[in-house]
Amino acid sequence: MNELVFFINNVVIAGSVTGSIYAIGAIGVTLIFSIMRFAHFAHADMMTFGAFMALLLTAIFPGAGALVGLPTAIVMLPLAMLLTSALAVGIDRAFYKPLRAHGVKPIVMVIGSLGVTLMLQGLIRLFSGTGGQSLYIDERKEIFRLALPFENVRAPIVVTEPQVILFVLTVVCVLGLHVFLSRSRLGKAMRAMSDNPDLARASGINTNTIVAVTWVIAGGLAAIAGTLLSLDVTFKPDLSFFLLLPIFAAAIVGGVGHPYGAIAGGFVVGFAETLAVFNWSILLRPFGDSLPEWLVQANLAFVGTEYKIVVPFFILVAILIWRPTGIFKGKVI
Amino acid sequence: MTTQRPDSVATPSRFPLRELALFAALLVAILGVYAVMGMAYSTRMLVEAACYAILALGLTIQWGYGGQFNAGVMGFVALGGFCAMIFSVPVNDTFWQSELPGELGVVLLYVVAAGVLVFGATRLDRLGFPRWLRTLIAIVLAVVLYLVVISMLREVTAEIEAQAGFVGGLGLPAWTGWIVGGALAGVVGYFIGHICLGLRSDYLAIATLGIAEIIKAFLKNSDWLTRGTATVSPLPWPTPGPSDLGFTLARAVYLSITAVMIAAIFFLLHRAYHAPWGRMVRAIRDNEISAAAMGKDINRRRLEIFVLGCILMGIGGAALTSFNSIFDPQGFLPLNHTFLVLVMVILGGPGNNLGTIFGAVAVYIIWIMSEPLALWLMELIVAIGEGSFGWEAPGNLESRALQARVFVIGLLITVVLRFAPKGLLPEKVSHHR
Amino acid sequence: MPLLEARDVHGGYGGMNILNGVNMTIEADEIGVIVGPNGAGKSTMLKAVFGLLQVSQGEILLRGEPIHNLPPNKLVQKGMGFVPQENNVFPSLSVQENLEMGAFLKPDNVKRMLAQVYEFFPPLHDKRRQPAGELSGGQRQMVAMGRALMAEPEVLLLDEPTAGLSPLYMNEIFERVRQINAAGVGILMVEQNAKQALAIADKGFVLAAGQNRFTDTGAALLADPEVAKSFLGG
Repeated sequence: MNELVFFINNVVIAGSVTGSIYAIGAIGVTLIFSIMRFAHFAHADMMTFGAFMALLLTAIFPGAGALVGLPTAIVMLPLAMLLTSALAVGIDRAFYKPLRAHGVKPIVMVIGSLGVTLMLQGLIRLFSGTGGQSLYIDERKEIFRLALPFENVRAPIVVTEPQVILFVLTVVCVLGLHVFLSRSRLGKAMRAMSDNPDLARASGINTNTIVAVTWVIAGGLAAIAGTLLSLDVTFKPDLSFFLLLPIFAAAIVGGVGHPYGAIAGGFVVGFAETLAVFNWSILLRPFGDSLPEWLVQANLAFVGTEYKIVVPFFILVAILIWRPTGIFKGKVI
Repeated sequence: MTTQRPDSVATPSRFPLRELALFAALLVAILGVYAVMGMAYSTRMLVEAACYAILALGLTIQWGYGGQFNAGVMGFVALGGFCAMIFSVPVNDTFWQSELPGELGVVLLYVVAAGVLVFGATRLDRLGFPRWLRTLIAIVLAVVLYLVVISMLREVTAEIEAQAGFVGGLGLPAWTGWIVGGALAGVVGYFIGHICLGLRSDYLAIATLGIAEIIKAFLKNSDWLTRGTATVSPLPWPTPGPSDLGFTLARAVYLSITAVMIAAIFFLLHRAYHAPWGRMVRAIRDNEISAAAMGKDINRRRLEIFVLGCILMGIGGAALTSFNSIFDPQGFLPLNHTFLVLVMVILGGPGNNLGTIFGAVAVYIIWIMSEPLALWLMELIVAIGEGSFGWEAPGNLESRALQARVFVIGLLITVVLRFAPKGLLPEKVSHHR
Repeated sequence: MPLLEARDVHGGYGGMNILNGVNMTIEADEIGVIVGPNGAGKSTMLKAVFGLLQVSQGEILLRGEPIHNLPPNKLVQKGMGFVPQENNVFPSLSVQENLEMGAFLKPDNVKRMLAQVYEFFPPLHDKRRQPAGELSGGQRQMVAMGRALMAEPEVLLLDEPTAGLSPLYMNEIFERVRQINAAGVGILMVEQNAKQALAIADKGFVLAAGQNRFTDTGAALLADPEVAKSFLGG
């Protein structure tokens, strides 16, 4: 049974955590794609930027969290989201909008977004330095240990406070997005523009407004994902390096331009990663007596943690070969 | 060319003032660097710039001729560098005299056997198995065999690391590694291109970025093959080294080799560009649908372009790594260096080989010179800051100055894309009446 | 003052002129029909009116106010509706959402107009929750027209509303166009089915090579033997 708890801690919980983060990131990528038709490579760095804003705000107001009983970074999250959204809109005005106005090919937008990636990376490192920093400055990370009511189960299920907050926020984001897209006037207009931009214009929808709303949402979600990832581990300026490929893989798996698909894709990629680095021989231990020793001792992980990045890439390649439109049919190949 | 169509108007043949002026400016800049930084340093810079020019030519084929964006240039460079290293480094006797090569060979045989078995399983439906059963058998077999093989491989490689350090090189001349490096980069490029080139152009960028990261992760973590973070050095040169000729002269000889390579590549590309093949390739880039309607095999041409570009990147990367005389997998920064090469291509003029070479040398000089410049600038700011406001300078100034360069490259690319998307020496397009 | 007036309109794509001086006038309660051979610039003229095309010379007036080269969303605000020939619905949005998008600029109208449009096109009410991409061609055309009506336009531009429809639907669409007009909406439409279209037209404009060849009432054009010979297939 201890092995099962180990499995829950290392696969179910860890997978849900990475899955949630990827899902929230991939929603942004997929929304941007469906409105502006290009793969936004700077998205992972927007997540890093959001986390960095949360870090700065936490450093400025270290006591704010104690007032409401949440980590300060969470209290500061709305402000960080606002700043990241503003950054996203600003970047669009300064760099993407002129390119769009020229009517360039999507791939040129991709290159432009890679340029923005470099600029953001440079800026963040310039101000934060290159090392890692904890978002818990004056506080302690709360850890919940849930003991299971079984005999001879010694190990508890371990969940940390930021993980719980992450799960709650993921559910809130998904529900909020659903309501926004299916009920609100702007949300429907967004879907309309993703369906048929010319007709949207002919219906009197101001496409500039929709583009701005898209950036606000994508920026806000990026800040949530970045901050919660940094709370769960630490803030690092090269966070984006570990996020870029998985969130693209998630968006493509889910079908590009398909927000609900992106959520599913995020969890697929997140769980695939944790399952691939999990050492399966641990689950064989309870049956160790009846199995040969070399099998129980063997390292049955598919890939070492240092090769984690192979997993989203493998998923990406597989989906591009067999079903380039994604598991839920995406719009454009 | 004599086979020009009667109705085509050659680009008005004018005095190439722009080219001359730009190259003259470049020459002045190079001479300036020589005057300030000294012979040895400047020659080294030129050799590196020449290697980057080969990379840039590879990218100009992909981006300028084909409109394909390869975001993983550094991955192919690293592959080339790896081959240059493994072929040229002296033979590791500890490894070859132990029983380890045999064990490694056996494991590799197992790998091949497992591959054959899984491939066979995917063909089971020809023996009358239902398709779902075939798929199930193939997947289960693949998973089990993979786990078996990978754990054997882990054992052997750990053994190699413990007993011999790493497998060592082959002790062959460096140029063999350059050729194989180009070929290996081409093979990897073939697989990536085969998967992605038929799809949206964004996917190629994502996939190449991914493969670059994976190549880097592999080279960094396979200590048994590359010594990983411990790095391998020195790497022998294909030319007499500095110990025989002195720094400046040895680097100059190396420079002449890279210059000959560039000239050869330049000549071949020039021929290809004006040959029917080049015309077809440009036709596909400019209007895919009508090119397809004329019966051109679009995906095949695209694949050729992509693989050719990757081969050049492999060769250029091999030459660069040999010259640096150190193989350090961590030194290959996928995004930053890829972008350096991209800036070279776009600034110089995508699709224009001469412009690309100009862009490569010019941008590399700026890049190299910006490091002391940025540091100097930051020190100046800090000095002013301390003097007038009394604030304390943050530590690790050098590493932060490096980040300023990353910012500048990113800014440069977005600005160039916006204001001069065709570069300083635009591709010449001949017009028809 | 005429509802819509075009004076000597020139324009085209990327320097190539397709329209070489088109004139047309429609009064508030009229149906205007543009007919002519392929490549005459019929759809181009409609696009020029709706601001989708650069007008290089001449002017277009809506109730006497110049509107050429205004962006489409401004024109919708000014009371113009446009139904393109192709891709004229949002395929993944439900029928009702499609209609709501038509009233994007007048959100207060939605309820009232939805009721009106459903009354006008009863099949749409039954399918209101279905994605528009799953409908048949004729039903899509209804969605597209309904969408344009949601903003209560004064003038409706229709680009070949019956293209690709079965004869049954064709008659239905023509009938609807007449009813929309009867409700007080001016219509300007481009049609391939010249005879049927001219039969319901108050004004007919026969374009050839980007210029007016004949301009008269629909009935007069139908009766004109020369028009019949060269443009209506005998």
